[in-house]
Amino acid sequence: MRKVAIIGIGQTPVREHWDYPIRYLGVQALLAAMQDARVDTIGGLFVGNMLSGALSEQEHLGALIADYAGFSGIEAVKVEAACASGAAAMRMALMAVASGRMEVAAAIGVEKLTEYSGKFSTAALATAADADYEASIGLSFAAINALMMRRYMHEYKVNKEDFAIFPIIAHANAVHNPNAMFHHTINREDYARAKMIADPINLMDSSPIADGAAAVIIVPMDKIKKYAGKAVRVAACELATDTVGLDSREDALLLKGVQKSASKALKIAGIEAKQIQLMELHDAFSIMSVLSLENSGFCQPGRALFAANDGKYSIDGEMPVCTFGGLKGRGHPVGASGLYQIVEAVQQVRGDAPAPIQVEDVEWAMAQNIGGSGATVITTILNRINE
Amino acid sequence: MHKIMKPERPVGIIGYGAYIPAYRLPAEAISKLWREGQDRNHLPIREKSVPGPEEDTITMSVEAAQNALRRARIDPQEIGAVWVGSESHPYAVKPSGTVLAQILGIAPAAVSGDFEFACKAGTEAMQAATAFVGSGMGDYALAVGMDTAQGRPGDALEYTAAAGGAAYIMGPGDEALAVLEGSFSFVTDTPDFFRRAYQKYPEHGNRFTGDLAYFYHIRSSVTYLLEGLQLSPKDFTAAVFHQPNVKFPQKIAAELGFSKAQISAGLLSNRIGNTYAGAAVLGLTNILDQAKPGDRILMASFGSGAGSDALSFVVTDKIESARKVAPGTADYLNRRKNIDYATYARWRKKIVMK
Amino acid sequence: MDIPRYWRLREQRYKLQGNVCAECKAYNFPPRPVCLQCKSKNMQPYQFKGNGTIYSYSTVYQAPDAFNKQVPYLVALIDLDEGPRITARLTDILDNKIEIGMPVEMVIRKIYEDGDNGPIQYGYMFRPLLKKKE
Repeated sequence: MRKVAIIGIGQTPVREHWDYPIRYLGVQALLAAMQDARVDTIGGLFVGNMLSGALSEQEHLGALIADYAGFSGIEAVKVEAACASGAAAMRMALMAVASGRMEVAAAIGVEKLTEYSGKFSTAALATAADADYEASIGLSFAAINALMMRRYMHEYKVNKEDFAIFPIIAHANAVHNPNAMFHHTINREDYARAKMIADPINLMDSSPIADGAAAVIIVPMDKIKKYAGKAVRVAACELATDTVGLDSREDALLLKGVQKSASKALKIAGIEAKQIQLMELHDAFSIMSVLSLENSGFCQPGRALFAANDGKYSIDGEMPVCTFGGLKGRGHPVGASGLYQIVEAVQQVRGDAPAPIQVEDVEWAMAQNIGGSGATVITTILNRINE
Repeated sequence: MHKIMKPERPVGIIGYGAYIPAYRLPAEAISKLWREGQDRNHLPIREKSVPGPEEDTITMSVEAAQNALRRARIDPQEIGAVWVGSESHPYAVKPSGTVLAQILGIAPAAVSGDFEFACKAGTEAMQAATAFVGSGMGDYALAVGMDTAQGRPGDALEYTAAAGGAAYIMGPGDEALAVLEGSFSFVTDTPDFFRRAYQKYPEHGNRFTGDLAYFYHIRSSVTYLLEGLQLSPKDFTAAVFHQPNVKFPQKIAAELGFSKAQISAGLLSNRIGNTYAGAAVLGLTNILDQAKPGDRILMASFGSGAGSDALSFVVTDKIESARKVAPGTADYLNRRKNIDYATYARWRKKIVMK
Repeated sequence: MDIPRYWRLREQRYKLQGNVCAECKAYNFPPRPVCLQCKSKNMQPYQFKGNGTIYSYSTVYQAPDAFNKQVPYLVALIDLDEGPRITARLTDILDNKIEIGMPVEMVIRKIYEDGDNGPIQYGYMFRPLLKKKE
């Protein structure tokens, strides 16, 4: 298999995009990435999306977006893996290029959640859970995460207030990301006063749903000289699964998908966890940040909150997380979030991030995209190409 | 003289079970809201039982029937009939009985259907179950009297319209914990109380409720039954009458010659209100919870429209072992949580959502 | 109106009908075609007793559309005595006290009503053990 690199990135701001349909969001991100890569054609398009059918009454996004971007005729397909759809689409694009079947592949993540009122999107998002045994008896996605958070608080004797650090970090970083949904900081008092969604998860623990699209252009490593775009090597991109139902796991705090995907990615990249300089976390809920860090091996089980409160994950810390605001601050356009993470990590590796959130001298960056309560996990490691 | 009813072969209760939801609305809360408390010295009961937001006649029937099954100690598949008597069946069309039969593991080889006869639908189901077993059509039949009664907000009925009931498994007399001696049913066309199709709340017919309806029908059914059995009130250890409030059953008992001691175990309305089709049958479970072999028990229901079933049982020595294996009526009476009127109004769907 | 789903799952929702692996004796709820533990396909039906303890719980304040009218309500992960963990609603928490490890028992409740015209769906919920006078 060939080694691959990302030579172009594009994104739309994360907003409630009342004025654009889902196809335009996708086309904008794709064309921006192609312009960044300075390519005028692509061999294939992989569209990560979770809810276009449920919330825009539009499936068949592969052909539709290819058509509206002016590439009707190319291979194009939608990839779905709940909240992990974005990175899943990238993995499909990587494999297409690595296998030699394509020379230039585009992966985009796109989502439009605001087409209907919020009550529909809560039900639609719950389709990432087990429909027969979780969603159809009244479990929202927040409720499933709340069950993990309550158990975590019980096992490690931590307080709800200890979780405030993750949304605080996310909002602090989002202030400097022009594409982020939120541009205000929050403090511990805001967190303590936030209304409950599913006890103990409050509004500040929950990433906001929004619309957006992000895209990357992928080419073989040995061809990067052909293109003008700034290349970043994809050192690993590994997908692993776990049971969809949280109740089917022996230990609700043990995310086997995270463990498998992260350890395999590190092994393929040939590095240790401590070499990772920043991580774009899947902070859909604060508890997911904690479990993602612990199960990926960045700290011992039960220690992530202590490390976070000691400053380890802040922008000036040992290993900054959610450097562009994460799902909480940048916003969570579900099927697009995985590609926003990649686009942000690429900017960090290139040294193109806005100054206040640019991590110094980044050689290795990780992004982890998690679908459901951990049923699909994709861990990507990006590596700077030293001339 | 009318002939009393007796099955061809002896029939009795082989299992019984009670259910009362946990929530209570004090009559004072209703009085405070609608009458500024000025009628506080004339409240018909102290408090009434209210079903939780996820409960209805079917879910409550399930638990009562599960308790009855535990006491009957038979394979549910041996039950040949499932009849639920209620004026609050969750569906207008679709039987409560089939849901019950499926949940309890009685389905599919069974007859099933729902009874409606205002507050006597439960004893009506028991009569039918007795006939089913007594005729030899089957060995066991499940009869349930259960209601989640509705009273119009502010109406006098609202003080008492409550939720609860009981389930009975009728079977051969030689397996029974209480054998049925005989019964008598008395019905006339009396529009004392009714609810038209598609209406949420019932209406009272003038002042028919007392003398013309409740007292006349119960007096008649009990008198004919006692005559037919050649028994008098003193032959009974206990008696239970339909109890729309506290006063009515006390009054009819006194008139017929039953003492306060005889009716005390079966009189639950002060603590839970009027459970309609569940009322008389629930009084009977509390009596059975305390009964001794040889006790004779009278149960007389009343249903508007109107009619009364009077049944006489003699308790056997099987009562002692059966009693312990399931929760008693008192366990449900004692499991209680007060709710306020606003919670009650929300749970009982008195707040219009569209 | 997901009537086929409700109908299809009724034995599971009404009776906790699961299965047990004939090879390694691991219990499953929901029933699985392949044993989660030993991958055997030799599975036998098994009806769970309905007793368990709370593994975790949450009060839902913001619910999916179909459950909007029911908020707030309690959900939980419950470890059944036979082994498997099940996701279920909690009901009749009378003293507002819930703890991880608390014993609970299955009861039948209305899970939801599909509007005023649709079916009423019944199924398992769990409640604190009914206190019985000895």
